[in-house]
Amino acid sequence: MSLDSHIELVSDGGYAVETGGDDCPLEVRGLTVAYGEKPAVFSVDARFPSASMTAIVGPNGAGKSTFLKGALGIVPRLAGEVRFYGQPLKEARRDVAYVPQRASVDWDFPARVIDVVMMGLYREVGLFRFAGSRHRARAMDCLERVGMQDFADRQIGQLSGGQQQRVFLARALAQDAELYLLDEPFAGVDAATEHAIVSVLKGLKAAGKTVVCVHHDLSTVTAYFDRAMLINMRKQSEGPIAEAFTSETLQATYGGRLAESQIAELRLGSC
Amino acid sequence: MTTLELFLRALTLQAGYNSALVAVGAGLLGIAGGGAGAFVFLRKRALVSDAVTHATLPGVAIAFIVMVLLGGDGRWLPGLILGSAASAAIGLMGVEWITARTRLGEDAAIGAILSVFFGLGIVLLTVIQTMEGGKQAGLDTFLLGSTAGMLIGEAVLIAAAGAVAVGLVAILRRPMTLVAFDPDYAATLGINVRRTDLAMMGLALVVTVIGLKVVGLILIVALLIIPPVAARFWTERVDRLILIAAGIGGVSGFTGAALSAAARDMPTGPIIVLVAFALFALSLAFSPRRGVLASAIRHRRFQHRVHLRQGLLAMARGEAIYDRLTLRILRRRGLMRGDGVMTRTGRGAAGRAQLDETRWATARRLRADDPVLERYDGLTPIDQVLTPDQVAHLDSLLPKPEAT
Repeated sequence: MSLDSHIELVSDGGYAVETGGDDCPLEVRGLTVAYGEKPAVFSVDARFPSASMTAIVGPNGAGKSTFLKGALGIVPRLAGEVRFYGQPLKEARRDVAYVPQRASVDWDFPARVIDVVMMGLYREVGLFRFAGSRHRARAMDCLERVGMQDFADRQIGQLSGGQQQRVFLARALAQDAELYLLDEPFAGVDAATEHAIVSVLKGLKAAGKTVVCVHHDLSTVTAYFDRAMLINMRKQSEGPIAEAFTSETLQATYGGRLAESQIAELRLGSC
Repeated sequence: MTTLELFLRALTLQAGYNSALVAVGAGLLGIAGGGAGAFVFLRKRALVSDAVTHATLPGVAIAFIVMVLLGGDGRWLPGLILGSAASAAIGLMGVEWITARTRLGEDAAIGAILSVFFGLGIVLLTVIQTMEGGKQAGLDTFLLGSTAGMLIGEAVLIAAAGAVAVGLVAILRRPMTLVAFDPDYAATLGINVRRTDLAMMGLALVVTVIGLKVVGLILIVALLIIPPVAARFWTERVDRLILIAAGIGGVSGFTGAALSAAARDMPTGPIIVLVAFALFALSLAFSPRRGVLASAIRHRRFQHRVHLRQGLLAMARGEAIYDRLTLRILRRRGLMRGDGVMTRTGRGAAGRAQLDETRWATARRLRADDPVLERYDGLTPIDQVLTPDQVAHLDSLLPKPEAT
């Protein structure tokens, strides 16, 4: 069944979802992911347009990371369809780079910083060849973009949390992808790292790349991103910051957990 | 000839054709075990491989029974290997199925599979003892390994399978490394995580079944685990970890087989494992990076630096020092006299420590986000982090010292 034939069936708040052109970096329809018999993400539709920077925002356990993992097929989908540039992920892998949560790996792994960044070149190097000086140079380039060039030969376990996060970003940069999906890149990092990452991501957007970030810090959403998607198992809103990140949508997403005054403060940040 | 002479001759391949063959075979087995085991270790699947190796026993026994019933020689090695591989594969699937489909954890699944399969195997071995005319003698050497009476065909089989395993490790090292470090990310690169894991366990399985004869199924898991664990002390790179683990495995296999050839009636497996353990113990103690000795020395040095710094700052502030280690360090360095009074060098050092502390505090207040200042640890002097020009500029910004 082609995508177009069931567009009418999938609706977003009563309106038919906009038809995705083949150039749409990431289009998700009816995505449902469950752990056991408890849905973590339920029937979410979303479109992430080219050259945009979207924050996926929601309370703890709202399915933000699961949404990304479901879209990438890392956790099995119960239902739904996901298209990257109009194609299934299998056909578009070289255009998609993923930055997992820093805490998801064991950093006492026998690897140096440069080794981890070179992992991003896996598809290019291939199974039978050794990574050459050309590959190493590219990896160094990516380390420089995140300000970690002096740490190339460091064991990864010796890095601070923020430095580890920058190494993960450098690994994604090495893939030279079009779409970057990041899971909580700002969680528990120092101010220097936060600045470095934001400027890299903004640079990507300026170069026409698309960035999607799971983000937990409401106070920086308006400063860092131009689009937002609010999610609490179901999608609450999606679109440009001015439309999607409002006191109504925040209230709907967070319920009573967010006081009116806090929301007003957040909205002020966007003016 | 003494045992030592026998051992040395076996070690130099001069103890006869058969011993040489066995030693070389065991060495190759060790290389394959270390290489394949490196990934089992990195993927944290050591216990799964223990279950798999114990699950070979019923396969060995059933293959023996079937071959005897068919009128053949029950001890024909390729047949036994096939049988053991089949039952180990079933054991592995059992562990995976229990883990994936029930609420039981992997540890429970491993314990269940390991004990049930091993128990079944022992029962079948006992049944075999009562069979007639099966030349059943010697089947129990599969438990602890033996090199006595090994045939050339068997040694060649072990060597060939070992070489195949080594080749597979070389080809699959990159995807297996990625899956071991970060399976989610590996999946987004298009690596099939499940199949890579299967290949890894398949490699462990190959080493297990070809090692049954020499090392025995109870201890073969040691040949997968001890070499990479020992190798981990010596390197921070996966490629080198594989090579070092293969080297340690090879040396253990070769030396162990030579030792057991020299000392008659010694089971080969336990000897090989003990040799591997000796190499592990040496690594644990003496590795310059992660060894116990090096860590203790590093810790002590660090502790001394901390005490020295704290002592100097306390002296600069004119505070009394009570910590005995601090006092000892200050005196030994000639910074303080026996009666607790600062020496001239002591005053100089204390002043410098105080200045450094003030510089750091000022720099960190003025440039909170500067990544260079991440290197602040309370011990590193700031002039190792900033250039002389920067330090001079910083000094012009320092708060004016109070007039004395």
